[in-house]
Amino acid sequence: MSDIVAFNSVAEEAAPKAQAARVLAGPRGAKPRRALSGRNIMIYGTLIVVALYYLLPLYVMVMTSLKGMPEIRLGNIFAPPVEITFEPWVKAWASACTGLNCDGLSRGFWNSVRITVPSTIVSIAIASVNGYALANWRFKGAELFFTILIVGAFIPYQVMIYPIVIVLRELGIYGTLTGLIIVHTIFGMPILTLLFRNYFAGLPEELFKAARVDGAGFWTIYFKIMLPMSLPIFVVAMILQVTGIWNDFLFGVVFTRPEYYPMTVQLNNIVNSVQGVKEYNVNMAATILTGAVPLFVYFVSGRLFVRGIAAGAVKG
Amino acid sequence: MAGYTQGSGRPNQWLRNLNAKIASVPMILTAVVIFLGGTIWTVVYSFTNSKLLPRLSFVGLDQYERLWAAPRWLISVQNLAIYGIFSLIFSLVIGFVLAALMDQKIRFENTFRTIMLYPFALSFIVTGLVWQWLLNPEFGIQSVVRSLGWESFTFDPLYNADIVIYGILIAALWQGTGLVMCLMLAGLRGIDEDIWKAARVDGIPMWKTYIFVVIPMMRGVFITTLVIIASGIVKVYDLVVAQTSGGPGIASEVPAKYVYDYMFQAQNLGQGFAASTMMLITVAIIIVPWAYLEFGGGRKRV
Repeated sequence: MSDIVAFNSVAEEAAPKAQAARVLAGPRGAKPRRALSGRNIMIYGTLIVVALYYLLPLYVMVMTSLKGMPEIRLGNIFAPPVEITFEPWVKAWASACTGLNCDGLSRGFWNSVRITVPSTIVSIAIASVNGYALANWRFKGAELFFTILIVGAFIPYQVMIYPIVIVLRELGIYGTLTGLIIVHTIFGMPILTLLFRNYFAGLPEELFKAARVDGAGFWTIYFKIMLPMSLPIFVVAMILQVTGIWNDFLFGVVFTRPEYYPMTVQLNNIVNSVQGVKEYNVNMAATILTGAVPLFVYFVSGRLFVRGIAAGAVKG
Repeated sequence: MAGYTQGSGRPNQWLRNLNAKIASVPMILTAVVIFLGGTIWTVVYSFTNSKLLPRLSFVGLDQYERLWAAPRWLISVQNLAIYGIFSLIFSLVIGFVLAALMDQKIRFENTFRTIMLYPFALSFIVTGLVWQWLLNPEFGIQSVVRSLGWESFTFDPLYNADIVIYGILIAALWQGTGLVMCLMLAGLRGIDEDIWKAARVDGIPMWKTYIFVVIPMMRGVFITTLVIIASGIVKVYDLVVAQTSGGPGIASEVPAKYVYDYMFQAQNLGQGFAASTMMLITVAIIIVPWAYLEFGGGRKRV
């Protein structure tokens, strides 16, 4: 697994260099390229078809969410709306029914915010210190615990869910947001610790030694030297956690009560509720609203997202 | 010198790096209590007849016998096998082909990559619901094709018990192939450009170079991707809940859902524990040989 992180960062750095080498030294450098060669048509044709396939669901979602129900019943899902209405969006946000209450996704949205923000901060704080301790202050037995942690990342959550329910119940925080935040922190720990350990291990050792000679201790070195030097990896970890925790469904449904359900759980309840008429436009608006935060993170962070996700793919 | 360190070694051993040890307490607790302890706890209680609450009254392998006699579990396992085999094959093949296309010095590479990867940023719930809508026979793809004049066209995987798992597979591939493409692309970029030149000089056709030279060189990337996909397959849960809730009937049940339903709805904890132990074994079968290859047989790569 350490390979994933290592290889990924290597590949990220190697890519532009290899690209440059190809342009400079490649045998096709001198050959004039025809834009409309058969080969190019094949490559771009395939890629465009594939891209359309990936975009289609997003397109259909947006189109459906902007139509009224009569138009949905009559028309086809690919047709753009004749009459654009934002009614479904308002309803999805403010008044769609999820089980007992009818105040839409807004409640779930704020729950998700209240879950994601502290979970992200706490898990990154703990994991970065763990990773730092593992990389720079090796002590006996640490590697063993670390190995258990990493292997644990592969164990299906279902195996550990019930014991955690018992622990949380004993602590009196089962069903609360605090409990869920702890759970997210626990399950974020393997991959984040690995991420930070590898990053800190890659920093020049002289830096650490010089600080020690100067008399700096564990925390001083962490806050004054390691932390300021590791901003990129903190951002990667943040992306990983925000998208991962926001998208979580299983933990949300197991460890919280209905009034604390995160957005994903509420969304599923809205769409898959058996009672009443299915309002497909409201459902699709709700789906987009739930996907909006991770999509926003994805588009804003670009390349860093790729790094983070590839490093944390094991968690998903 | 040696005597000195040995003499004061005992008390020092514990106090050395005290801060690092304190900082590692959350990690140690998680590793030992939750991951190790929790797993052992579940395995132990899978041999009991716990119903509503966990009870330590052992019944041997009863829960496992009941599990493997339950049609719902058998369907779950069968579904997971079909879903697993096809999603492994398709995501590796599609992911690799896309990566190879992206590696042809194309323009707009970033745009294409962004489009292929964005589904991965979405929740399985969101993906499941979108595809539930697209595959809805009354309004979705089937109805659109029919309205174009092909009246007998049938494409309703989510409503047909025989093929429902393939409907779930379509959504899973839509979400997951982008990641595989990215991993493969990184692998391809890591391959020395001279290999391509040498192959070109020798007059080896491109596809042959890929199959006989490049893919074997990317063994590490393939194994890593395989492990990532495989451990994700065993956990598949949200997608099924969002798309079909296990229906029609019990046709799209999967092991992870079986576990959840028995633990939290049917309140038959023993069954849930036995089923989750089976999931654990499956993962162990995938992970142990990989971990051995990766960490046991000497470190070859960085």
